[in-house]
Amino acid sequence: MNPSRLLQRELMGISAVWWREFKVFWREKSRIISSIVQPLIWLFLFGSGIGASLSVENVHYRDYIYPGILTMSVIFGSVFFGLYIVWDRKLDVLKAVLVAPVARISIFFGKVLGGCTDVLLQVIILFSFSFLFPAVDLRGIPQALLILLVTSIALVSLGLALGSLLESLEGFQVISAFLVFPLFFLSGALFPLDERLPSWLTGLVKLNPLSYTVDGVRGALLGMNRYPFWVDLGIITLFASVMLIVGSVMFSRMK
Amino acid sequence: MAVIETRSLTKTFGKIQAVRGIDLSIEQGEIFGLLGPNGAGKTTTIGMLCTIIRPTSGRGVVAGFDVAASPTQVRRNVGIVFQDPTLDTILTGRENLQLHARLYGIPAGVRGLWIDEMLALVDLKDRADDLTRTYSGGMRRRLELARGLLHRPAVLFLDEPTLGLDPQTRARVWEYIRQTARKENTTVVLTTHYMEEAQQVCGRVGIIDQGKIIALDTPQNMIDSLGGDIVAVSAESPPLDRIRSLSYVSSVRMVDGVMEATMKSAHLHLAQLLPLISGVKSVEMRKPTLNDVFMKLTGRDIREDDAARGESWVETVARHQQRGR
Ligand SMILES: Nc1ncnc2c1ncn2[C@@H]1O[C@H](COP(=O)(O)OP(=O)(O)OP(=O)(O)O)[C@@H](O)[C@H]1O
Ligand SMILES: [Mg+2]
Repeated sequence: MNPSRLLQRELMGISAVWWREFKVFWREKSRIISSIVQPLIWLFLFGSGIGASLSVENVHYRDYIYPGILTMSVIFGSVFFGLYIVWDRKLDVLKAVLVAPVARISIFFGKVLGGCTDVLLQVIILFSFSFLFPAVDLRGIPQALLILLVTSIALVSLGLALGSLLESLEGFQVISAFLVFPLFFLSGALFPLDERLPSWLTGLVKLNPLSYTVDGVRGALLGMNRYPFWVDLGIITLFASVMLIVGSVMFSRMK
Repeated sequence: MAVIETRSLTKTFGKIQAVRGIDLSIEQGEIFGLLGPNGAGKTTTIGMLCTIIRPTSGRGVVAGFDVAASPTQVRRNVGIVFQDPTLDTILTGRENLQLHARLYGIPAGVRGLWIDEMLALVDLKDRADDLTRTYSGGMRRRLELARGLLHRPAVLFLDEPTLGLDPQTRARVWEYIRQTARKENTTVVLTTHYMEEAQQVCGRVGIIDQGKIIALDTPQNMIDSLGGDIVAVSAESPPLDRIRSLSYVSSVRMVDGVMEATMKSAHLHLAQLLPLISGVKSVEMRKPTLNDVFMKLTGRDIREDDAARGESWVETVARHQQRGR
């Protein structure tokens, strides 16, 4: 078979998996709704509560954490989407897909695309609530979307990599407690990185690639960034590339 | 040329020797049955032939491609129905087939048509747009069969295709299998615990026990090799040696306290045989089955140690259904 035909086959395989993920996403309406309502609850209860006594650089706290909460829904949505293959494997849903004449890596890419699509659609719906946050500059949305997309690619890959390793659903709790929550809290999503923070905390936040997502989105929407947009995007892209490689290797080795 | 060829195909899982050097040669268009007790190595053999299990040693060639060297080409040419259910239950029946069609590169132009054809073949047209989680066990199995056939593979592997189905559905599934094999000249390799059905459907069967093929022939030849009908007599102490020496008796043995004598044209000899045995409680005459062949080869019933190996309840139910008939 000639190379272009082979490539066409693999692309069809990728789109097959993507198509399946989209169908599943669309069918689980309750999951979509909760993934949108949950961040809004955060913003309005947590944001308004703390915001009553706190603002950051004259921006209402609720508006200040809007970029962070967008990032939060990308983190949780993406990692758990990837981890979900543990369940697929348990139910043998993946078995019939893995025996098809499609390279493992194509199935992996199909899954990544599927996960990013789900997460991005959720983010876009969340953006439609931007008008409720007076400090948000709507013109920054495309830049914010771009950086969130790249973040989602990185984290779906991370989730798939971990999901390929896990044997059972019990691992979910561990990953959630020791990886997902720390990644979120140490991203500066909920607090500014200023001189009042202990230095060890500042150090951890700087090591966390997701801090650059939060910084990029915050820069795009509120103009409150520490680094130029291209630096944030560059770091996240590097992170995503590494995760894509790690994820595809782990997924290919999965039994 | 043979469409499946194996040479000393072997698989070990740690210390467990699941498959110990299997040599097979299966021709295009054959329906070949792989029969054996639980844990014999049937699923592992099929797994190696459809490239999801890597052989430890030996060679397997399917549809002209080596299973270890060219797995993608092998995959393109085989269809498989796994022993355990693998449908995507959050998708509808039609969507399951659409997913499969895309994964196997069926061109968009014919996809819909082929899918409709398969749905009609397995009588699922009315339910095609319902989620498969709402299907009954039999409907799921039929959909899996449709999925295995959808891309018109040269070789179809069916691992217990009728497990847990009621007798009517089983009969229908076998009918589809026969039809397709005939119409498309598809080679079918199947495993089953239903000996009577294997006997009817398979052109040839291989009996596998503890990872080795211990007999390979047409069902008829295997049964004929036993030397006639079986007469089972339950009595106090049947004179085995005396009966064994009779000219028309080909073999005699005790099974669970019942004497089983094999002889040609048993109905003609029964009247002579019975007076030789005192205290007869019951007499049964039957045609031998492949299970008798297995028993003769191994001294065990093909199903006797199932319970000890922790079979699932589905299998137990299936066996009770079969025994109850
Ligand atoms: N992944 C595995 N890891 C370890 N041992 C395995 C694995 N798969 C199969 N085995 C072992 O290999 C042997 C053959 O198993 P196999 O599934 O091929 O049997 P089978 O003939 O299909 O049985 P059944 O009729 O119960 O389906 C068994 O002893 C089984 O425990
Ligand atoms: Mg099996």
